[in-house]
Amino acid sequence: MEQSAAYEGQQVYHPKGWWGHYVFSQDHKIIALQYTCVALAIGLTGMFLSLMMRMQLGFPGLFDSIDAGNYYQDVTMHGMIMVIYLLTALFLGGFGNYLIPLMLGSRDMAFPFVNMLSFWVYFLSVIILSASFFVPSGPTGAGWTLYPPQSILEGTPGGDGAGILLMLISLAVFIIAFTMGGLNYITTVLQSRARGMTLMRMPLIIWCIFLATFLGLLAFPALFVGAIMLTFDRVLETSFFMPEIFKGGEVLDYGGGSPVLFQHLFWFFGHPEVYIIALPAFGIISELISCHARKNIFGYNMMVWALVAIAGISFIVWAHHMYVAGMNPYLGFFFATTTLIIAVPTAIKVYNWVLTLWHANIKMTVPMLYCLAFLITFLIGGLTGLFLGNVSVDVPLSDTYFVVGHFHMVMAVSPVLALYGGLYHWFPSVTGRMLDDRLGKIHFWITFVGTYLIYFPMHYIGFLGVPRRYYSNEQYDFIPQSVADLNQFITICALIVGASQFILLYNFVNSTIRGKKASKNPWGACTLEWQTLESPPGHGNWGDQLPVVYRWPYDYGLPGATADFVPQNVPDEQIT
Amino acid sequence: MAFVIITTIIVIGTVLFNLVTPWWFTPLASNWGSLDQTIIITLWVTGVAFVLISAFILYCVVKYRHREGHKSKYEPDNPKLEFWLTVVTTVGVVIMLAPGLIAWKDYIELPEDALEVEGVGQQWTWSYRFPGEDGIYGNTNGRLISSKNTFGIDPSDAYGQDDVLVLDNKVHLPINKPVVFQLRSKDVLHDFYIPQFRAKMDLVPGQQSNLWFIPTELGTYEVACAEFCGTGHWAMRGEITVDEMADFEAWLSQHPTFVETMNKSSEGRGKQIVQSLGCVACHSDTGASGIGPTWQNSFGSQRNFVSGESINIDGAYIKESIVNPNTKIAAGFASVMPTYNLSEDELNAIVEYIKILSSD
Repeated sequence: MEQSAAYEGQQVYHPKGWWGHYVFSQDHKIIALQYTCVALAIGLTGMFLSLMMRMQLGFPGLFDSIDAGNYYQDVTMHGMIMVIYLLTALFLGGFGNYLIPLMLGSRDMAFPFVNMLSFWVYFLSVIILSASFFVPSGPTGAGWTLYPPQSILEGTPGGDGAGILLMLISLAVFIIAFTMGGLNYITTVLQSRARGMTLMRMPLIIWCIFLATFLGLLAFPALFVGAIMLTFDRVLETSFFMPEIFKGGEVLDYGGGSPVLFQHLFWFFGHPEVYIIALPAFGIISELISCHARKNIFGYNMMVWALVAIAGISFIVWAHHMYVAGMNPYLGFFFATTTLIIAVPTAIKVYNWVLTLWHANIKMTVPMLYCLAFLITFLIGGLTGLFLGNVSVDVPLSDTYFVVGHFHMVMAVSPVLALYGGLYHWFPSVTGRMLDDRLGKIHFWITFVGTYLIYFPMHYIGFLGVPRRYYSNEQYDFIPQSVADLNQFITICALIVGASQFILLYNFVNSTIRGKKASKNPWGACTLEWQTLESPPGHGNWGDQLPVVYRWPYDYGLPGATADFVPQNVPDEQIT
Repeated sequence: MAFVIITTIIVIGTVLFNLVTPWWFTPLASNWGSLDQTIIITLWVTGVAFVLISAFILYCVVKYRHREGHKSKYEPDNPKLEFWLTVVTTVGVVIMLAPGLIAWKDYIELPEDALEVEGVGQQWTWSYRFPGEDGIYGNTNGRLISSKNTFGIDPSDAYGQDDVLVLDNKVHLPINKPVVFQLRSKDVLHDFYIPQFRAKMDLVPGQQSNLWFIPTELGTYEVACAEFCGTGHWAMRGEITVDEMADFEAWLSQHPTFVETMNKSSEGRGKQIVQSLGCVACHSDTGASGIGPTWQNSFGSQRNFVSGESINIDGAYIKESIVNPNTKIAAGFASVMPTYNLSEDELNAIVEYIKILSSD
C-alpha cells in the first residue's frame, strides 16, 4: 500500500524539550541511535568476556581468578550477548529503525510509541542480563544453548542460583521487545512506502530486514516457550525437559521429560536466528557494494527470490545442529538434504555480489574494503558450513574447534564486517560528518587480518579433534603441545583485534565532534535516505513533501545520464 | 592496491596451509575411514570454489578499479549466466551430499553380530556394562540408581544378575570385532567421542542412543566428552584399550557381575561409592593433582583454606566437604564441587576409604 496523498500535508507531532527529544523519543532515528549505543556497550562487554576466555586458553594459570566456573560463565555470556543482545538488536533495532522509514520515503515507523517502548523493553532486558553478573553465584555458565538438564542443576555455575533465571527472564523480555519492534518494521514496510516505491523497487537491505523480522517473529516464540518451560522446570519443578536424574548421590524429583525437546525448540529458533543476523548483513553488503563499485547490483530479482528462499528453507534445517544429539538418526537424511539445498540460494547471492564488481568502477573506500573483506570471510564461513551441514561429515567435526572456527567466520566476523561497513557508510547521514579515513583503514586491516588469523587455524585443530568448550586441554594426550602454542598465538591476535576496536570507538567520538563536514550525499548513493531536504534528516524526515519514487535503487552508471548515478526520486525527464 | 596484495597473500596462504598444516586427523583406528573420505571430497569441492571466487574478486578489484570520468557497464542481470551458475552449484552440492548420505546410512545402521557394551555417563566420569553370559542386559530404571546399584539395574530381573559391571572409566574391546555402544546418562547430556575412531554420539538422560564401530588398531585411545556437561566437562576423560580377543576376555573376567556387587560386604564399600558418584574424576587416589585435592595421604594432614585458616583433616571435615563443599575452600582450588546428599553410612564408608589411602 502506498501512502495516500492526504497524509502528505499533515503536520506530524513534534516532540518538545530535551527528555522528549533524546530520551523518551518516538523518532525512529533517535531510537535507532539508542539501540545502537546500548548494543555496542553490551557488545563491548561481550568482547571483554571473550578476551578473558582467550587468556585462559592461551596462558592457562596466568590469571588465578579464571577458574573453570568463571571460564564457562564467560563462554556463555559472550555467546548470548553477541548473538542476541548485540547483533540481533543492532541490525534490526539499529539499522532497521534508521533505514526503513528513510529508505522507503516514510515519516516514521507505523507505530512510533510502540517503537519507543520496544527500545525501553530491550534496555530492560539488557539490565536484567547485566544484573546476573552481580548475583552471588554469578551469571549462568550453561553454554549459550542453555541445554537442560545441566543448565538448571548444580554443577553448572548459576544453575542452582539466580544466574539461569535472570538469563531466561532477560530472554523473555528481549523477545517481547523484539516482537514490538518487529511488528512495527513489518507494518511500516507494507503500509508506509512512498508513492512509486513498489516492493520490487525496495533497496535490498529493506528486503533483508523485512525478511529477517519475519523470521524473528516466527522463530522467537519457540525460544520464548522454551525459556518459560525451562523456568517452570527450575522454579516449579515441572519436568518438561527433565528425565529421571541421579545427581549428588540421590535421585532428583524430576522424571519423564525430554532434554532433546528443548534442543528442538532452541534450534527451531536458533537456526533462523543465524539468518536474522546474516540477512541484514547481506542487505548492507548489497547496498554498499553497488554504491561504492558505482555499478547496479547484479540480478536484483534473483537476489530477492534467493532471500525469500533462504528465509523459507531456514525453518526446515534446524536439526543439523543435532545430528549426534540422540534424536532419531534417520532425520539426518532429511536435514542434511535441506541444509545443502540452502547452500544454493546462498551461493547465488555471493555470485551476484561478485558479478556486481564485474565491469564496475570500484572505489576503494572504507565501506568497500569492508564489503570485500566480508566476501572473503563469508566465503570461508559459508564453505565450511558445507562440512557441518552434511550429516556424516559432521560426525567427526561436531563440537570441535572446527565448529567454533566456522560459526565465528560466518555469523560473527562476517556480520561484524558488514556492520562496520554499514557504520562507515551511514555515519554521515546520522551525524552530518565523515569518519576519519586513515583511522578507518587502520581499524579495518587489523580487524580483517586479525580475525582471519584467529579463526582460520581453528578449523585445523578441529580436524585434529580438539573439543570445544574445554577449560583446559591438559588432560588429553592426543592433543599435542603445538595446540597450546597455537592457542597462545590466537590469544595474542585476539588481544590486538580487541584493542583495535577502541580505534573505531575513538573515531566515532572524535568524528562526531570534529569530523570533516559531510556533503548531503557524500557517496553519491541512489537510495532515498540521502535525498532528504536537510542533512542529517530532521524530525518527520521529509519536510512538507514526501518523496515520489520513479526507479529502482541501483541506477549507477545508467546509460544516457551524465552523472554516474540517478537517485530513486528523479523522474526520467529530469535526467541530464 | 594494498587490498589486492594482502588478500592475495591470504588466499595463497590459505591454500598452502592445507599442505603444511601441523594439525590434521589423528591416525585412523576404526572402520570409519569413509568419514575421512567425505571430508576430503568436501575439502576439494569447497577449496576449488574458494580459489575461483577469490581470484575473480581480486581480478575485478584490479581490472575495474575506479578511474576518473569512467562509468561502469549497466547490466541489471544475465539470466543465462545465473542459470548456469545455479546448475554448477547444484552439481557441486550433489557431489558432496551423495557420499555424505551413504556414509551416514552405514553409520546409523547397527550390525547384527556385534559385541554389545553399555556406556554410561555421569558428571564427570564414565562406566560400562556388558550383558554377561546370557547376552541380555537386565532392565534398568533411573529411579533405582543409588551409590550401591550404580547402574539402576532391576534386582528382580533374572537377565541382570550376570551383567558385568566396569566402574572404572577405562574399558577394553577386542580388535576387528564390531562393537555397539548403547549410551545413556545418569544426570545431564554428555558425548562419547573417540578422536581416532572418528565416532561420536550424545548421551541423553532418560533415553538411549547408539554408536557402533570396528576397532582396527591395537592400542589405548582416549574418550573425550564432547557435549558441555558442567564445570568438569573438560576433565571427563575415559579410555578404550583395543586388545586381542583373548586378552579382552581375560580383562572382562576380572570384573564383577551385578549380583556380586550387590552382595559385597561393607569392606571396599567406600571405594565403590566414590567410583559410582564419579568423585575420582576430580579427586585422585594416586596423589596426582586434579580439579580437587587428592585423597592420598590426606587424612590427618594439614589443609589450608583460601580464607587463610587451616585445620588438620578429620572425619568431620571430610563429611562437611561432601555435604556442604563450599563452606571451606582448599587453597589453590576453585569452589566448583556440587553438594552430595549421602546417608551417614555412606559418609562413614568414604571416610574409612580415605583413611586407608592415607595409611600407606
